[in-house]
Amino acid sequence: MKVDLHGSRSLRNRLMLALIGGAATLALLLFFAIRNYAAQIAQHTQDTILGASATSILDAAVVWNGAVEVDIPYASFSMLTTPMDDRVFYAIYQNDTFLSGYPELAIAPIAAPIGDRDNRFQTIRHQGQDMRVVTASRTMIGQDGRMQVRIALAQTQDALSGTLAQISRNAAIFGTGFFALAALLSFWATSTTIGQLKRLTHSVTRRGPQDLSPFKKPVPLEMLPLVRSLNSLMARLDHSLSQSEDFIAEAAHRVRTPLATVRSYAEATLQRVDKKENRDAMRAMMRAIDESSRAAGQLLDHAMITFRADHLERQDIDLVGLVDELVLRLTPIAEMKDLTLQLKSEGAVHYSGDPILIQNAVRNLIDNALKYSPADGVVTIHVSGDPRPKISVCDNGKGFPKDEVGALPTRFKRGSNSEGTIGSGLGLTIAMDVATAHGGNLQLSNQEKGGACALLLL
Amino acid sequence: MRFIVALILWALPQSIAAQTWEDQRLFNGGASGQPLRIISSTDTSLFAPIIERYVAQFPDTAVEYLVAGTADTDRIFRANPEAFDVVISSAMDLQFKAANDGLARQLPDISHPSWAQWRQSLFAFTSEPAAIVINRAAFAGHPIPRTRQELIEAMRARPDVFRGRVGTYDVRKSGLGYLFATQDARSSETYWRLMEVMGALDLRLYCCSGEMINDLSDGTIAVAYNVLGSYANARIESEDVIEVIFPSDFPTTMMRTAMVSAKTRRPEAATAFIQHIISLQYSGGRNAFPLPPLAPQINDVEWATIALEPALMTFLDRLKRRRFLAEWQDAVIQIR
Repeated sequence: MKVDLHGSRSLRNRLMLALIGGAATLALLLFFAIRNYAAQIAQHTQDTILGASATSILDAAVVWNGAVEVDIPYASFSMLTTPMDDRVFYAIYQNDTFLSGYPELAIAPIAAPIGDRDNRFQTIRHQGQDMRVVTASRTMIGQDGRMQVRIALAQTQDALSGTLAQISRNAAIFGTGFFALAALLSFWATSTTIGQLKRLTHSVTRRGPQDLSPFKKPVPLEMLPLVRSLNSLMARLDHSLSQSEDFIAEAAHRVRTPLATVRSYAEATLQRVDKKENRDAMRAMMRAIDESSRAAGQLLDHAMITFRADHLERQDIDLVGLVDELVLRLTPIAEMKDLTLQLKSEGAVHYSGDPILIQNAVRNLIDNALKYSPADGVVTIHVSGDPRPKISVCDNGKGFPKDEVGALPTRFKRGSNSEGTIGSGLGLTIAMDVATAHGGNLQLSNQEKGGACALLLL
Repeated sequence: MRFIVALILWALPQSIAAQTWEDQRLFNGGASGQPLRIISSTDTSLFAPIIERYVAQFPDTAVEYLVAGTADTDRIFRANPEAFDVVISSAMDLQFKAANDGLARQLPDISHPSWAQWRQSLFAFTSEPAAIVINRAAFAGHPIPRTRQELIEAMRARPDVFRGRVGTYDVRKSGLGYLFATQDARSSETYWRLMEVMGALDLRLYCCSGEMINDLSDGTIAVAYNVLGSYANARIESEDVIEVIFPSDFPTTMMRTAMVSAKTRRPEAATAFIQHIISLQYSGGRNAFPLPPLAPQINDVEWATIALEPALMTFLDRLKRRRFLAEWQDAVIQIR
């Protein structure tokens, strides 16, 4: 059962996008804020100078013989010198009468009554150029009473634009730098965060198939709930697995003993009945009992192997001795079937492993070989330690069905050619499990001259 | 005020009638097409070598050189800006105001130090100090004055020698005279005392440097105040009669400026002419460029050059000018 998980958008990309997007927004904001602020300051500076100039001109106004005289100080215009040589225009009015300067400089805002020393600034378009205009007025007492001297002083904004362009350039460089730095930082932050997830994933992946122990390594606070629920899931899984294994072992054990009893009765009964059909029935019954008892035995074996594989206890053993003992034990069974067991080896092969497991695995392989070998066949067992310890069991039977070689070691899976042969389908599974527990592998193949070969790599 | 009215009444028919020029010369007349019209306050003799080199470089262009006084130059140009391509004048203030008023074309391709140009439209190409020029005969046996103060003392000591024999610009008529007078007045009160002393000695008023130097060299006058050093120097080489003194108390230095009319019909030729003057003043030498080239402002205390800045418009203000002229007349024309 394999579920295809469709990943939604990557967490890393989302995080990067959010951080970099935020940085870009901030950089833009920064750029506009700086530029806006600089524009205000630059404009304020120009306004201040314009205001001072206008004030100094108004200050030079005197009433002379009833007429207003304005003796413009040289400094008034001198202070308006800018690096970009901005143009200057002005107009002086007495009440609404034009006195001096540029009459075409319309000063509409002057019509509005403004208080003394109350400078007003605005930007107008004059002679095709944007100009900053200050308007100011001063009340004087003449022979005819109060009068207002008003001035409008205009200056082009070339220097201001130049300054602003320069500031904009600097602000842009500043903003870009900020953005680049923030992007780098967000890349780093994202990698660090995702790294924690990756580490957890890696440690989950690296685990053996039987390892259901809880994760104990420290993880970031935010990942604790995930790891906790993972641990709890594994604990439950472990519990239910061991429960079912226990159940199977118990059930097999309970079944085996009564089966043995039933078989001995059946055997005794077979001795007493003479009728052919009754004898046939008894024989079929005994075959069924044998099969059941063998299956129960293998289930027990499997449970035992599962347990031992989880708690592998390695000890130094000689594989050749181990297999030899097994061959001796199985020789009577082989002879009953007119088969020969042949052990080949080149001296002792020392290995550190669980002898009971290895013996069990090899016995299952030999059992299989015995089962599928034709009469007068030879089962060859080859133990070698070079380059790594391996035990091969080969027969000269029909061989494995080619298209099923990969699936055979799974539980209760039997080859398509196994009909008529007693078996539970657990033999190869047990051998495979033992090999895996020792960090090895089980390879199934067919020999060129016919017959199956099982290779237990340790 | 009355003088202004008189001046306007005098000037009005002049501008309506066909323009009469102080001098007028056509260079490279053989070239076809419309000539490059230059209106200038500089004598043709000083500018001829410059123009001749220009037409040698651009043989397809004819140049018409028209000379008028500084105030007239400004007035004629303002009345008819599309009739002229290049305007050259020694009255920096009038030229500045014309540029400020948008009558000059901006020439962004011309590279010139920022102190010698304004807005890439007004270009200075000479440095010419105002000088006191004396007739040596009048000072025989007496120390030659080096400052305005010494000149005042010399005139006070021998009023009979100098009565009716001192001259300066009529600032009401001469734009350059007005510029020098206002800059002098700005620098020191000595100017007003000098004017009062000169006024008491029946000061002669001139419209132009040339006439003043002529009168000086033939002994009609003994002292000319605020004469252009360039004009005087042109004479001193041939005659031993006069001496040019650059007053050491506060010399006033003027920069002759040129601009291209915003309404020029020959922008390329006019721009090339400005470029020609500027490069010639750097590299020309005395023969190719008879005018004193731009002096880099090494020592601004000794050679206070009038700066090209908006402040030049100050004394052109109607009220300010009226007030200054009234004061000037009070000082100069007291006796008459």
